[in-house]
Amino acid sequence: MATEAHAAEGVTGYIIHHLTPLHVGEGFWTLHLDTLFFSAVLGGLFVWFFKTAAEKATSGVPGLVQNFAEMMIEFVDTQVKDSFHGESKLIAPLALTIFCWVFMWNFMDLFPVDILPLIGSMMGIDYLRVVPSTDLNATFAMSISVFCLIIFYSIKIKGPWGFAKELMFQPFGPWLLPFNLLLKLVEEIAKPISLALRLFGNLYAGELIFILIALLPWYLQPVLSFPWAIFHILIITLQAFIFMVLTIVYLSMAHEHH
Amino acid sequence: MSINATLIGQMITFALLVWFTMKYIWPPLFDSLEERKKKIADGLAAAEKGHEEILLAEKKAKGVIKEAKEQSSEIVNLAQKRANDLIEESKDTAKQEGERLLLAAKAQIEQEIQQAKEGLRQEVADLALSAAEQILGAEIDKAKHQDIISKVSKQLG
Repeated sequence: MATEAHAAEGVTGYIIHHLTPLHVGEGFWTLHLDTLFFSAVLGGLFVWFFKTAAEKATSGVPGLVQNFAEMMIEFVDTQVKDSFHGESKLIAPLALTIFCWVFMWNFMDLFPVDILPLIGSMMGIDYLRVVPSTDLNATFAMSISVFCLIIFYSIKIKGPWGFAKELMFQPFGPWLLPFNLLLKLVEEIAKPISLALRLFGNLYAGELIFILIALLPWYLQPVLSFPWAIFHILIITLQAFIFMVLTIVYLSMAHEHH
Repeated sequence: MSINATLIGQMITFALLVWFTMKYIWPPLFDSLEERKKKIADGLAAAEKGHEEILLAEKKAKGVIKEAKEQSSEIVNLAQKRANDLIEESKDTAKQEGERLLLAAKAQIEQEIQQAKEGLRQEVADLALSAAEQILGAEIDKAKHQDIISKVSKQLG
């Protein structure tokens, strides 16, 4: 793909250039450095901010940072309590991390499409794709982690046999065992795939539209990019929220006996 | 667009972030929230309790005031009664004293009248005697006519 991008000129070249990650390595052992870098930096920001709030946490009058952190905590906690009726030390922090991290990934989309790659090219970096959620690796990494947790909790709560029984005998009873199994497997596997592709698809399309707008004459750009950016604020929040809520729902399903 | 080792790197980052959040971020913030919730609930309960206590104290104070009023009016009544009694008593005493003084004065007057009468009688007797002596001269024997003189002086008295 990189060679194609080099070869292509004009509009296609511009688009491909913007959607090509900075990478090293070959084949499977390719690393998308920009995705890894930006998601790590954003994760670090998230952790730093909340750690600051947590260190200064007081039950008295909260400061500005603590106020915001507490607002997020309350928001996530409400979501968790609404759908999840068990005891779990993991699920709420997991949901908070997912929401904030995905939101910050998506937020990178609101930076003007050319500015960070421009800075990058000044520093000798040819390719830079700044939005981690436009990388399938990033979204799948998260959804596969969630999938692993779903399997782990299903087995932990229901027992290996209980989980196997659920896969085999539901929803149509023991006489349609192969059909049940097929249905259940598709259902389970659809979870991480839909999680990852939904986020990826929304953000990739959003980014693509920003790139297309950037190709238009300068006097048309603000007219289009401004409303799209406003609309995008909704999308990035919504996608982060959906990812979080679905994670909670899937995990609460894993905790429930049928 | 391909799946590659970036996936593994991202999963590690994600796991680290979740672990860190679970260990160092969520518990203190959540605890402080819970603690504040409890503080506020306690504060509200305390305020409610204080309010009730005020009501109770007011009720109690009203009772005390009422009792005190009753007691004071009782004391005033008693004092008035006692004063009335004292006035009555002193009136009686004064009356008695007056009567006694009057009686004593009357007795003294009686006595003085008696004394004056006695004096006068003596004087009249002496006068009559001296007059008779002058009239009769030496003819009348004082000792002989003593009973007549006494009779006369008795009639005078």
